[in-house]
Amino acid sequence: MSDARLSVFKTYKLYVGGKFPRSESGRVYEVTDAKGKWLANAPLSSRKDARDAVVAARKAFGGWAGATAYNRGQVLYRVAEMLEGRRAQFVHEVADAEGLSKSKAAEQVDATIDRWVWYAGWTDKIAQVIGGGNPVAGPYFNLSSPEPTGVVAVVAPQESSFLGLVSVLAPVIATGNTAVVVTSEKSPLPALSLAEVLATSDVPGGVVNVLSGVTAEIATPLAAHQDVNAIDLAGADEVLAKELEIAAADNLKRVLRPQPVDDWSATPGIDRMTAFLETKTVWHPTGSLGASGSSY
Amino acid sequence: MPTNAPSAAHALADVTASDSSLRRFLHGLPGVDAVGLEARAASLGTRSIKTTAKAYAIDLAISMVDLTTLEGADTPGKVRALGAKAVHPDPTDRTTPATAAVCVYPDMVAAAKEAVAGSSVKVASVATSFPAGRAALDVKLSDVRDAVAAGADEIDMVIDRGAFLAGRYAKVYDEIVAVREACGTGARLKVIFETGELSTYDNIRRASWLGMLAGADFIKTSTGKVAVNATPANTLLMLEAVRDFRAQTGVQVGVKPAGGIRTSKDAIKFLVLVNETVGEDWLDNHWFRFGASSLLNDLLMQRQKLATGRYSGPDYVTVD
Repeated sequence: MSDARLSVFKTYKLYVGGKFPRSESGRVYEVTDAKGKWLANAPLSSRKDARDAVVAARKAFGGWAGATAYNRGQVLYRVAEMLEGRRAQFVHEVADAEGLSKSKAAEQVDATIDRWVWYAGWTDKIAQVIGGGNPVAGPYFNLSSPEPTGVVAVVAPQESSFLGLVSVLAPVIATGNTAVVVTSEKSPLPALSLAEVLATSDVPGGVVNVLSGVTAEIATPLAAHQDVNAIDLAGADEVLAKELEIAAADNLKRVLRPQPVDDWSATPGIDRMTAFLETKTVWHPTGSLGASGSSY
Repeated sequence: MPTNAPSAAHALADVTASDSSLRRFLHGLPGVDAVGLEARAASLGTRSIKTTAKAYAIDLAISMVDLTTLEGADTPGKVRALGAKAVHPDPTDRTTPATAAVCVYPDMVAAAKEAVAGSSVKVASVATSFPAGRAALDVKLSDVRDAVAAGADEIDMVIDRGAFLAGRYAKVYDEIVAVREACGTGARLKVIFETGELSTYDNIRRASWLGMLAGADFIKTSTGKVAVNATPANTLLMLEAVRDFRAQTGVQVGVKPAGGIRTSKDAIKFLVLVNETVGEDWLDNHWFRFGASSLLNDLLMQRQKLATGRYSGPDYVTVD
């Protein structure tokens, strides 16, 4: 007779500034699967966790925005590599969270990994597509280039706990922004596990910060926060989205309103990337080059 | 209101009579229990200060800031900007109190004086070959006289750490006395020990007593130019020294932690230390100061948060 082994339960934690803290408030809440069976306790974040996450995201912004687009692409591709290695775990978590069969969940996870790769490829191409040299009537170059907006608060979709999450998170960081993610309230576990993947790939700490809990409780201080530059309301219902948009107006945040998405696995297009880019246009004088190779 | 050094000297007159009596006295001070000191400082740092108490503490801390710029790259323009900020730390909210002083190098005193004219903000000047203090006494004294002549209300001097560590306490003592004289009656004297270079808590206690015996109006932890600056533990130790000194001589001496205090949370911890160690008599910018530059911005952001309920950001305070 062999003894039944006691399984080791996982303590799900937040991801802030490259570390895995518990909620500052010390609170947790019960996460259940689609049928109501207990899965784990997840941290119930407070507004102070949101504040700490913004500080971490702001600190990471300079380095991440300043990294070359090529480097960002390499880092994001590395995330996809790491995800591939933990595929089985994510299939399990997504199946539990969304009440899917193993094969349906596997489809979701594969689509998610492909989504990372897709956005990783875009990092050094988006500037060619939406930037460029503008024709002007004078001896100048006039160049437009996309620049990241800054710290972006992302309210992740409520239903699609993994594919939906990555579909809103990846475009934000691919373009050089840093993100504070509010996970799906009902099924935060795939997002919290994704944080472990991010921590073990080459994404610098603070570039992505993951908070689980009651969406309205965390998103409200983020929307009002003066040091958050933009907010994606993908996972906010109609009432909450309106409230958040009003709070966000105070410091002229960029707001991406929730858009109905029937199928997260459809090719997303570049709208989510351009939503959090600002176009910088510079004038640069030209002239005939002298013997020194310079006109100055 | 410069304290009068003579009365201090009177109570402990025989102590300062000679090098050997000074050494006997300083080495006779009780040794510091390092573990106990750090534990006490840490436990006082766990107090939770919220809502109205926090608002009071933030305003008090703002009024205690010596807004400092001590860079080789200081320009009159930068000093003017600093002065304007000291007078109205938050131009969008005129209920914000002014800071206590601006702290500059001697050659910038005139510019600073002009920038804060007509306000309650004082001008403090570092002197005596700050930050190293490695110069001849007459050079140091002329440095002090320059600053005083330019209108400095306060002089921040550095002690000769080399002499102190070599055990030549009388030399350090005589130097402080000479600088005190050069300050005249108009300027208050802050004595910087550079606690990060004194190695032990025992030395910090000895330096504190030495400075107070020599007539310091303020004792100050550090220059802000070395790795270890003000810590809760060394500030607590100096607060205990000024408390004991007043009990023994009746003379009250101020304390100024400087360097490394960057957040409102840290500043409030120091205020708790003051209140619990020396009491309300010191909770005033005449007796307690923060030497800091970036601290003020964090205090202002916290103040804005309390006023509006929204977290503020560095875009809403000045870039210094």
